Amino acid sequence: MNEFIAESAFFGVSISLLAYYIGTKIKKRFKSAVFNPLLITIVLVIATLLALRVDYDSYYSGAKYLSYLLIPATVSLAVPLYQQWQLLKTNALALMLGIISGMLTSLVAVLAFAVILGFDHKDYVTLLPKSITTAIGMGISKELGGYVAITVAAIVITGILGNVIAETLLKFFKITNPIAKGIAIGSASHAMGTAKAMELGEIEGAMSSLSIVVSGILTVVGATVFSYIY
Amino acid sequence: MKYLMQFMIILLISFVGEMLYYLIPLPIPASIYGIVILFLLLEFKIIKLDQVKETAAFLIEIMPIMFVPAAVGLMDSWGVLSKNLLGYIIVIVASTILVMAVSGRVTQFFIRRKEEAHE
Repeated sequence: MNEFIAESAFFGVSISLLAYYIGTKIKKRFKSAVFNPLLITIVLVIATLLALRVDYDSYYSGAKYLSYLLIPATVSLAVPLYQQWQLLKTNALALMLGIISGMLTSLVAVLAFAVILGFDHKDYVTLLPKSITTAIGMGISKELGGYVAITVAAIVITGILGNVIAETLLKFFKITNPIAKGIAIGSASHAMGTAKAMELGEIEGAMSSLSIVVSGILTVVGATVFSYIY
Repeated sequence: MKYLMQFMIILLISFVGEMLYYLIPLPIPASIYGIVILFLLLEFKIIKLDQVKETAAFLIEIMPIMFVPAAVGLMDSWGVLSKNLLGYIIVIVASTILVMAVSGRVTQFFIRRKEEAHE
């Protein structure tokens, strides 16, 4: 049976879709932000793999077709960006200041905790690009001599966390303006957060998409500068 | 046919993004080049919104599912993370909360200030 699953072309995608379907049903039933469909899906899939003793590589050999769509989907974010361009231009200054402050906060927070917790340089540079999209973050980590695998894990955990806590946190900090919400989510939790921003609304989604691009590119420079500090 | 054409356009742009990543020695991935290219094509009316709209909306709608394979990969990362798990988790949680709060509040502050100036 396990051999069959390891060979199956459809196991990975179908188990992921099924888990996501269950996740959205649970979310609809309970409506609380704790029941995040993405988080439920991840937990369900991992639990299933462990129960069936299927290793990650076997799962991924089928599930990779979902990841394959990630680049086309990210490219598609240009559409909401284009549709909200007018709004974006009229608020350009506020948006840029928001994104830059977010990027600096991320770098300063990692620096401060690295000092407090006594991280070595390698651990520090590993986490510097944690708030940005995986593809850029990996490149930065490699360039600065970090542990790339840990950077990827940190970026993924950050994304899941941002996706899960966004609604609650924005309410708590009284961030109600849809533009500000989008910038906050995109700056803190890249594309995985943007998926949540899209659910909140068109404006939130477009602003979050903008943050991925701008924050990602700025962090290339920012993280490099910060890597010399500690 | 419409959806096929839309999908083709988006994939071609992704391909050009890949090519730019290959040619330009910067750590900027294909997807980022792709967003910029599609945006410029729309802005300069080389592509009409109708030529990509439905497929783009569909891909964006199912985007959360595309993160599942990478996220499930965390089951294999515990080994590398366990070295300094608590430290990593503290940094990740604290910085995510801080970044979201600061960037949101800063953006909101400047939007409101501008709106008040207009009144």
